[in-house]
Amino acid sequence: MNLTQNKLRCGILLLSIVFVVAGVYLGEVHTILNKATNICLECIGIG
Amino acid sequence: MDRKVNKRMVFQIISAIITNSYLKGFLKGNIYRGKLKNICVPGLNCYSCPGAIGSCPIGSLQAVAGTVGYGVSLYTIGFISLIGVLFGRLTCGFVCPFGLFQDIVYKIPIGKITINRKVDRILRSTKYLILAIPVILLPILLVGQLGISIPYFCKYICPAGTLEGGIPLVLLNEPLRQTIGFLFTWKMIILGIVVISSILIYRPFCKYICPLGAFYSFFNKISFYKYEIDKSKCIDCNICSKSCKMHIEPNRNPNHRECIRCGECVKVCSKKAIKKGFIFRIFSMRERKYKI
Repeated sequence: MNLTQNKLRCGILLLSIVFVVAGVYLGEVHTILNKATNICLECIGIG
Repeated sequence: MDRKVNKRMVFQIISAIITNSYLKGFLKGNIYRGKLKNICVPGLNCYSCPGAIGSCPIGSLQAVAGTVGYGVSLYTIGFISLIGVLFGRLTCGFVCPFGLFQDIVYKIPIGKITINRKVDRILRSTKYLILAIPVILLPILLVGQLGISIPYFCKYICPAGTLEGGIPLVLLNEPLRQTIGFLFTWKMIILGIVVISSILIYRPFCKYICPLGAFYSFFNKISFYKYEIDKSKCIDCNICSKSCKMHIEPNRNPNHRECIRCGECVKVCSKKAIKKGFIFRIFSMRERKYKI
């Protein structure tokens, strides 16, 4: 097994989890929820 | 008549139904407003689709970037990196509802066209530009007076939003119907182009436009889910390359950025030289083989 590649994928796995946790901590989820629970007029081609 | 069940398509349909399971939305012409929308879905699925129970990662990236006090969304980048490093573009082949839509449209039996290799290569790089400019840079750099920006990709390009959100909501809502203007027409034209080209070319949106596919493509080489060629079995007959609708050469580069892991090459290989699975499974199979 390619050790460097394995280290890289494990590193990215950990880093992505850290990013998700940091994003939640910074309140990004609230922003996403706000946007996603209202009809996005731009997305559907109205606004 | 011998008709094999397309297991991948069954999986795609189930996945599309799960991510769009808010049936009330389709009946009443509104969208789901619950807490599940805190979570992104792995595929391109507009959060303004009446059935959507999760958030579109590309929409979320732009929503956060366009909000005062935020930049690139760590949550969304983290989420799609997590999906990417685990599965790579397996997500495109098995989970994405817009990928399923293109697969279905491609089944229309009309003469298919093959794009010239050079043109194809140039067009494929477009999706990386789309990821970089309208999805990441413009929402951060091109902000209004209040520091808020619009989701440029969703507004001007995304045909998934028109198909999954725009059309059903406009059909079900009289007030929305009355506000239709140039933008809706523009987005319908884009959707029309994508639909027509999807009849003639296999997954043109995934190949040339999709920013989410572009992001996942960076992970194909290093993801836990992999394809591997057993060199002792491969006879270089190239049948895998000929059968590949994404036009890659699995025998030379089984983890190519463009591979959506549809598994067609694995099916057609008479020598069973292509192994697929999570790295642990592939390597445990290899060890078992050597023990024997």
